[in-house]
Amino acid sequence: MTEVADFLSVDWDVPRKPYPAKALTLATGEKMVIREASREEVPQLLMAIRPLLDAPGEFYDVVAARTYAELLGWHRYRVRNEYCLVGVVDGKLVGLVNNRLVDKDLCVSLHTIAMRKGRSVGAHLFAAKQEHAIEYLGVSEILVTAESPRGFNLLVVNWGLEPRPGVQHELGGAKSWVLTKENYYKHKDEQVFGKRPVPGDLYEQSLNFELIEPDIMRLESD
Amino acid sequence: MGRKVAIIGCGMSKFGRRDDKDLMGLLVEASTRSLGDAGVGRKDIDAVYVASMLCGELTHQTAIASALADELLVLPAAAERIENGPASGASAVKNAYAAVASGLYETVLVTGGEKMRHAPGPIVTDLIATITHPTAEYVHGVTLPSLAGMLTRLYMQRYGLEPRHLALVAIKNHNNGLKNPYAHLHRKITLEGIYLEPEAKLNNPPVADPLRMYYCCPITDGAASVVITSAEKAKKFNDTPVTVAGIGHATDTLAVHEREDPAVLKAVQISSQRAFDMAKSEPKAIDVIELHDAFEILELAESEDAGFFEKGTAHKAVEEGVTELDGDLPINPSGGLKARGHPVGATGVAQIVELTWQLRGDAGERQVSGAEQAYALNFGGFGNNVVSFVLKRSD
Repeated sequence: MTEVADFLSVDWDVPRKPYPAKALTLATGEKMVIREASREEVPQLLMAIRPLLDAPGEFYDVVAARTYAELLGWHRYRVRNEYCLVGVVDGKLVGLVNNRLVDKDLCVSLHTIAMRKGRSVGAHLFAAKQEHAIEYLGVSEILVTAESPRGFNLLVVNWGLEPRPGVQHELGGAKSWVLTKENYYKHKDEQVFGKRPVPGDLYEQSLNFELIEPDIMRLESD
Repeated sequence: MGRKVAIIGCGMSKFGRRDDKDLMGLLVEASTRSLGDAGVGRKDIDAVYVASMLCGELTHQTAIASALADELLVLPAAAERIENGPASGASAVKNAYAAVASGLYETVLVTGGEKMRHAPGPIVTDLIATITHPTAEYVHGVTLPSLAGMLTRLYMQRYGLEPRHLALVAIKNHNNGLKNPYAHLHRKITLEGIYLEPEAKLNNPPVADPLRMYYCCPITDGAASVVITSAEKAKKFNDTPVTVAGIGHATDTLAVHEREDPAVLKAVQISSQRAFDMAKSEPKAIDVIELHDAFEILELAESEDAGFFEKGTAHKAVEEGVTELDGDLPINPSGGLKARGHPVGATGVAQIVELTWQLRGDAGERQVSGAEQAYALNFGGFGNNVVSFVLKRSD
């Protein structure tokens, strides 16, 4: 029993510097708030993701299934040092991203899900989680992989990521790339946006978000 | 010129990402709507012309016109596919016109369509790039966005065009698209979001400098269709037929660099002049226009070379709101290629559908009031094969 208790006595979350919420303007003129999600919000996030398990287009189902497992594991204290950011527009959840802190120097980029497509929601959220890792958690490297051609273009090409052969990303067999601190600052001006602090009413609106039907579920989506 | 020719029916499929239907399904969707609109029976159709640029390459189906004739049960009507790059749709309408005007056929169904969204963007871009000069352009990596980018740069240097003007054209066309139930993109965009705010850099990423994503059309699935017949027969089917009053068709050098001035779209000038001459009309008589804005720079350049604005001034007209739906000269009330979308073979037909609705007063929220004459331009290659139309309301 002692061994089991010892096995279970893990620090599931090291203390982290919080990510200050920010707001930015989408192409539509709408304001998107990006803020850190709490563990208590995970059940609602799981509900948001669940419909995507049946969306094979652009590998949404693969990404949804993995994100579902990661968030559930975080919620149930089975995954260490995970964190999640959400994007909220007009009180509606439009996307989420998650990362996992491995140690003080290394972060693993996990997943990006955009409920709204064609509005750069995913690109802004991906940039925000790297901003979180480099500027607030202070890591020097983020290990990244891509699970779709679209993801490859959006993440690997746009950020000029460096290949990291021989290093296995925890998402499986795909190749690994790394975003270094140096590369992050090189691309920051073109990739990372948002104003702080978020006006009070906008921030409040982001705290109680509604779920929407993901665009990928609609046949005639963009 | 033979008999007078009229459009008695038109219809469209919803444009967009149409995973629910294959190409034939889209062609049938548009065709049945136009046949229904015309009120013709199957036995009335003498020929079926299908415009498609890439059906063989992207959907692995050739001889598509034979298949459509069979699907629509209009056998033994003649059937043929017409491929003329991005101007395939207008070429098909033009050939239908010629067939009816000459008396070869009495009534022709013209349907254009393309199924493109299932293919990766780079493959679609590469296939469309095969319309460029094979040894002088294509092998060096030239694509249509790159040519449009260079034209935009020339306009910036020569005429003081700014990216802001391209954004204004895009915003106008997105606003019009919001009023078109058939349009691909039903999305409002703002100057703040695509141009003014710092985050516009990411919202509106570069495609071919200085062109950014919102200054280019999307890749789209869709089909559009019209029924064409002789003017004397038209009254039997339709209370408000629209007359095809003028057609102009012209070519230019395949390689853009061989042109005397690459900022001048000579085939646009010539095709437009021919269409106006045939229609005994002129640009100032036109009430509503559909242009081929695969890239927003083209809406500006085409509107100038077609004779609606002095060269190098269209961007000022856009700034003054002249080309808005409620302006003096509305351009692309459908949303244009930018928002309605650009299923390549369908586009030229969709332009005629939109203008027919406008001239009949059937364009709903985007109706240009009192429209009596309309102009369409379908732009093939990078301006090396251009077809223009002048349509008139038949009273």
